[in-house]
Order: sequence, then structure tokens, then C-alpha cells
Amino acid sequence: MSETKTNLLEAPFELSYKYKRSSGPVMSKFFEALGDKKILGTKSKAQKVFAPAAEFDPQTRETLTDLTEVGPGGVIESWSWVHQPSDHHLLQIPFAFALIKLDGADTAMLHMISGCQESDLSIGARVTATWSDTPTESITDIKHFTLEL
Amino acid sequence: MKKVAIVGYAQHKILPNAGALNEVELLMPVVHKVFADLGISQDDIGFTCSGSCDYLQGAAFAFVEGLSAIQTHPPIKESHVEMDAAWALYESILKVKMGDAETALVYGFGKSSPGNLDSIISLQMDPYYISPLWPDRVSLAALQARVLLEQKIITAEEMMAAVVESRKHAASNPNALITDLLSEDLYNSNNYKSSPLRALDCPPISDGASAMIIASEDKAFEYTDHPIWIEGIDHRIESSNLGSRDLATSPTIESSAKLLQLENINFDVAELHTQFSHELPFLQKLLNLGDVPINLSGGPLVGNVMMCAGLDAIGKTYESLVKNQLKHGLAHATSGPCLQHNMLVHLERQS
Repeated sequence: MSETKTNLLEAPFELSYKYKRSSGPVMSKFFEALGDKKILGTKSKAQKVFAPAAEFDPQTRETLTDLTEVGPGGVIESWSWVHQPSDHHLLQIPFAFALIKLDGADTAMLHMISGCQESDLSIGARVTATWSDTPTESITDIKHFTLEL
Repeated sequence: MKKVAIVGYAQHKILPNAGALNEVELLMPVVHKVFADLGISQDDIGFTCSGSCDYLQGAAFAFVEGLSAIQTHPPIKESHVEMDAAWALYESILKVKMGDAETALVYGFGKSSPGNLDSIISLQMDPYYISPLWPDRVSLAALQARVLLEQKIITAEEMMAAVVESRKHAASNPNALITDLLSEDLYNSNNYKSSPLRALDCPPISDGASAMIIASEDKAFEYTDHPIWIEGIDHRIESSNLGSRDLATSPTIESSAKLLQLENINFDVAELHTQFSHELPFLQKLLNLGDVPINLSGGPLVGNVMMCAGLDAIGKTYESLVKNQLKHGLAHATSGPCLQHNMLVHLERQS
């Protein structure tokens, strides 16, 4: 008894998701396309293009299934400059979070802009996607955006 | 449907770091205070509802522990929202209006000091397109600030004034976390955290708890001759698709204001859940508050308890009406990035 007692209160504990989650018919295509370095949006009946691909139009509630390629260039709609990145940020040198309206889209996409100084950025400036070398079919397959030369 | 009144409110002093003082220990004094003020106990409460966020405590169902602050035997009717306690108030109002309860206890609590609030807030976002980028709450707010500045809807001077004024108002709020006055020079020399927001444009990391009691019109006069009626309350949410929103305006606030017919009311006081300095002049203009005194408590810039600050805006409006015998008060609560989800509350003091 005394020999096993020391192990009585021990149990492995691993915090994890024990299931796989599907990203659905629209977003799964968006993520697959990202793996091929393509960005997809969805087009409404009124020809409004949502990018990244949205499953529905939040104003009209229309279901969106018509996929269309946008980008990879676009313009800055707004941006904020992170002066001192925190541990949780994906980039560890000063960078921008930005809302980027991709070419061919009517809505903006949140992403990061790197490889520039704060003073280089302005609303309306053109940026383009820089791709990850190790795609995982997730939003981070776009590593970040950079200013167009 | 029955009218509903606020009859009691108490707030814990807002702390920068409550340390070993846990959520229950923050909550218990305020619950006891609202009961003592009215001379009642949990036995007199028909419905209890709380607002908190398990992510702040880092444990599933952490909110259940909050119930340790109140008496739950004999069994009580109880609910919880994983939202600011302003929405626990909303649920409680529905219960009272439907006649399911004559009184309700609402409470909220939150400790932001133990974790990294910036990274925790990232997790409330869209899990596919946004959260994996780990945008911090300040950078997201800054996106809206830049749009408002660029379109000249607000000015940098108005942002500074919001911060300087909040400090002045805090002097008369014994629960405020920050009460140091701030000079314009000091503000202007403050470093940017996420441009165009300086560190001083952001609310302080705060720990605290608040409690409120509401009563039906049949019951309210048992507690006071001058109930503060909830004349109007409405909440609406915008898309989680941040890039599809027009950050230069707020369709949710505009439609709530219209529905509550706020344009016809001369407000004596307003408390707005404006966590970042640019949000104050933005909402002031959007709601046509012109000369109305706003955030006399100092507002979220001098103390911003997560899951509580929205209820506190309503509670502080209530306190102003009671203490200064004012007629009309407006309160605002918000949630989500860039004022995504908004609640407007019109309070009126029975003369």
C-alpha cells in the first residue's frame, strides 16, 4: 500500500482539442486556395465582393457561395503601428495591423504589414501579399503584406 | 408590460492588481452593500444574473464560483452571461417585465491583472480569419481611431481632452483607479502604444466587481419614493467581419438611438463605456450630446473592470440621478472590437 500511495494523486493532463473542426464549404475553399497562393472572395447577387470569403452578407443576410479570386495586391483602408510587439504577436519587429481592401474586393481584410517604417504608410497606399514558405491552409499562409514597389 | 426601476447599486474600489483577493472576495462586499442599503437579503430576490468571462480566470465554468458570494440555499433562480454585466441586467429586465420575478440581483466581476489582456481579447475574435493573427485590443481600437481622425470626425485635441478631463472627473470618484491629474505636456510626451493611440489613450488594467438591484413597478416604491426607471433599453451588434464594417459610424448606436427616441430627450448626464480616448468625442457627436456632462465618474479611462465597466456606466448614471436629483440620464455599454456591440439605456428619475 505504502509503495503505490505516492502515485495515487498523479494523472496526465493535456489541454487539447480532441476533435477536428471543419471550416465549412466556403471557408475551406478559401483556405485551400491560400495554400496555392490565391486569395478568394465571395460575390453577392448585387456584385459586392467580400474578401476574405464570407459565408453571408451581414446586411442582406444573403448566402454567399459564388467564389472569385481577388488580390494579391490592395490598398490600406486603415492601419495601426505596433511600436513594441508583445510575445503573442507573430512578428517581433515593429509592424502594422491593417485593414486592406484587396483588388476586386469591396470589403477589407485584417492582416499585418511588415518590411517598412511607420512613416512609409498611409491610407490608400498599395500593398501586396507576402506568402509563407510553409503553407498550412490557414490565414497565416499570408505571412504579411508589404508595400508595393 | 411592467416598468422596471434600478433601486440599488454598489461598486468595489477599482484595483490595479487585487493580488490574492479572488473574484468572490471582490464580489461579496458589493453584494452585501446593495442588500444592506435596502435592508433586504437574497431571500427577497426573485432572479439573479451575473456577467463575467471565463477566459480572464483561465478555467471553464469559472463563473460558477461567483455564486459563492451569494446565498444559494434554498435554491435560487439564476443565470449567467459570458458578457459584460450590462447584458446580465438586460436579461434580468426581461425576467421582471415578463412577470417571472419582482426583483433581480445583477452582478459582474473581472480581474484583468493575472493574465495578458491583449492576448486574451484576441481570442474573442473570428477564429478563422482574425484570431490567428493575434491582433491586440489596442491595435484594433487604433484602426477605428485612424479612420475617425483621417475623416476629421474627431481631432487629436479632442482625444487629449477626453484623457485630461477623465482625470479631473476622477477626483470626485472614490472608486477610480487613476486620479492623478494630467497635463497636456505630459500627454503629448507619452509614447505611442499602437499609433495613433498612445498608452494614455488606453484604459488601465483593472480588477473589481459591481452589483445592482432592479425591481418591478409594484415593488420599487417599497424601496424608494424616487425610483430610477429604465425608460428605454436597446442593444444591437454589428458583423464579426471587421473589414465589412464602416468604422466611421455606428449603425447599431444610430438605430438604437432612433428606436429609443433619444433625440427628443434633454439629458442631464451621460456615462459612456468609451474605453479608448477617441471613442468619447465620436459617441458624443453621434449621440448629439453637445453640452451634456459625460463621464463625470471619469469613465473607463480611469478604471475599466472587464465584464463590469458597462454595468458601471449604467450604475454611475443611476448614482448621478439619485445624488443630484436629475431627471434624465443616458448610459452606454459596449463589447467587441471597435464598438461592435452597443447598448443604450435611458434612465429617468421619478419626481
